[in-house]
Amino acid sequence: MELGSTAGGTAAENDGAGAGERGAVGEGAPVWRALPPGLLRVRRLVLALWLVPAALAAGLLPGMLAGPGWALFALLPLAALAWGWVLLGRNWRSWRYAERADDLLISRGVLWREETVVPYGRMQLVEVTSGPVERRFGLATVQLHTAAAATDATIPGLVPAEAERLRDHLTRLGEARSAGL
Amino acid sequence: MTSARAGSAPKAHDGAGLRPGERRLHPVTPFRRAWAPLAVVFGWAVHDPDQTQRQLDRLATTTLLLALAVLVPAAALYGFLSWWFTHFSVTESELRIRTGLLFRRTAHIRLERLQAVDVTQPLLARIAGVAKLRLDVIGVDKKDELAYLGQSEARALRAELLARAAGFAPETAHEVGEAPSRGLLRVPPGMLAVSLALTAATWVTLLAALVVPALLWLATHNLWTVLATALPLLGAAGARSVGRFAAEYDWTVGESPDGLRIDRGLLDRAHETVPPGRVQTVRIVQPVLWRRRDWVRVQLEVAGSSNSVLVPVAPRALAEAVVTRILPGVTVPAALSRPPRRAGRCLPLWWRGHGLAVTETVFAARHGLLGRRLALVPHAKVQSVRLTQGPWARLHGLASVHVDNGAGGTVSARLRDADEAAELLRAQADRSRTGRRAAPPDRWMA
Repeated sequence: MELGSTAGGTAAENDGAGAGERGAVGEGAPVWRALPPGLLRVRRLVLALWLVPAALAAGLLPGMLAGPGWALFALLPLAALAWGWVLLGRNWRSWRYAERADDLLISRGVLWREETVVPYGRMQLVEVTSGPVERRFGLATVQLHTAAAATDATIPGLVPAEAERLRDHLTRLGEARSAGL
Repeated sequence: MTSARAGSAPKAHDGAGLRPGERRLHPVTPFRRAWAPLAVVFGWAVHDPDQTQRQLDRLATTTLLLALAVLVPAAALYGFLSWWFTHFSVTESELRIRTGLLFRRTAHIRLERLQAVDVTQPLLARIAGVAKLRLDVIGVDKKDELAYLGQSEARALRAELLARAAGFAPETAHEVGEAPSRGLLRVPPGMLAVSLALTAATWVTLLAALVVPALLWLATHNLWTVLATALPLLGAAGARSVGRFAAEYDWTVGESPDGLRIDRGLLDRAHETVPPGRVQTVRIVQPVLWRRRDWVRVQLEVAGSSNSVLVPVAPRALAEAVVTRILPGVTVPAALSRPPRRAGRCLPLWWRGHGLAVTETVFAARHGLLGRRLALVPHAKVQSVRLTQGPWARLHGLASVHVDNGAGGTVSARLRDADEAAELLRAQADRSRTGRRAAPPDRWMA
């Protein structure tokens, strides 16, 4: 079994606290966690970076060439911006995850909803990635791999500290409950 | 590692010599490898025939003979060297293959993760009395097969590898020998032939081979065009059925303590072994024309293995009995629950083909209206569970549940009632988590 990180000495110290938390969580409904607002900010910024210049171009060029009435074209990108702004917000709110006693739950999507359950024992690899843009805004993505390629368990836009906590937590639980194919 | 050894031992000795416990392949192997350079030349010639023709015209006969005189020894040398530099050894927990003349490569294949062992004999190898041995382990390349070994050596090596993988003590693993096999099922050639004749794809290709040339004849009245399309089409139609008949001829399924054994083939013989607990998913397929006779085809999914057919054709009762032997404690569920009626608004007509049954041991989902496919995943083999719901399905209060297995496949129960699906997701996660506890260990005899 391969795991992205091995639980170090600190893992053993945290285990007591973790076990108590798990005991409380394991019984009832899952305790959902939302994503931090950083991801939403980045996505909206990228959207604005594309559509504001597009709106300027669509407004100024026809406005100067064909008359002021044609400047109304700028409304199209602006409408797209407003729409995208709302969509991104809804999509961001739909992302949530829960660490249960024995499995990880990830739920996402507004129109196309998807909920994934991965038992800790089936994890082959936990991966934390952070691209240049993500790093600039202090974000990281946690991805879980199982032996099944179809398993799509990704949590984007986490604060690095939370991503690392999650990675260590998952690795520890994965080792404890590890099962073969 | 190299730096430590470079000082003490000369490099040539390190590569060519056999280390203790290592063996070479059968001496017939070079003749098979000798084809590689010739194949390259041939491939180039086929790839660009005009250019080749021109080049050949320019060359005199003497030059050609000279080239042959160089090429043949070069090919022979290549074959010999690649044989000489390929060593393998069986250690306590691994099969090691060292190979490569210039680029050295060592494959360590862990036996405890063994998914299947195949001994195959293509026609020429049968005549020469040799066999290929391949281990299916996740992440192992195709080139890590042992080709060729002597027939009896391949059998002995397979027995030894299985004994080691099963967890016998290393000292005794060599003497344990072949586990006894008990026949479960044998497909009679007549039944196989009838089943192939009752496959719609055979008739579709045959029909295409007749209709397309006829239409072309009407359109062009050019005999060559018609022949150029008719022959490949007829050939494809024939090769498909005849090829399948030859590959699936004398199909025997046996059971042994080392797992499932499949022996098959008319010209090329193959002997496959799948150790216990390696089967991730079983699919029972029934083409529409087989329904009247109630015959089925059973397919397997094993991680990292290309073996996919368990039974090419058998009466349903017999096939289900075999499935019960392969997946211990599993009975193929007889009654499946259909999606609710309103699913018809999401998937008209075809919704009737969908069905789901969850027993204590398996998640079983069926789909298909004409040809029916029932997939069985043991709970212990489930890697993750997903619930998906699109906007249209939500409007009708429906959702789909997907179960991913370790062989990269997914089994879906589509168009279930939304509440039922949510409950199913939760319950399936619990079942797949606990299902592992009852499963046998990786080393099945330990």
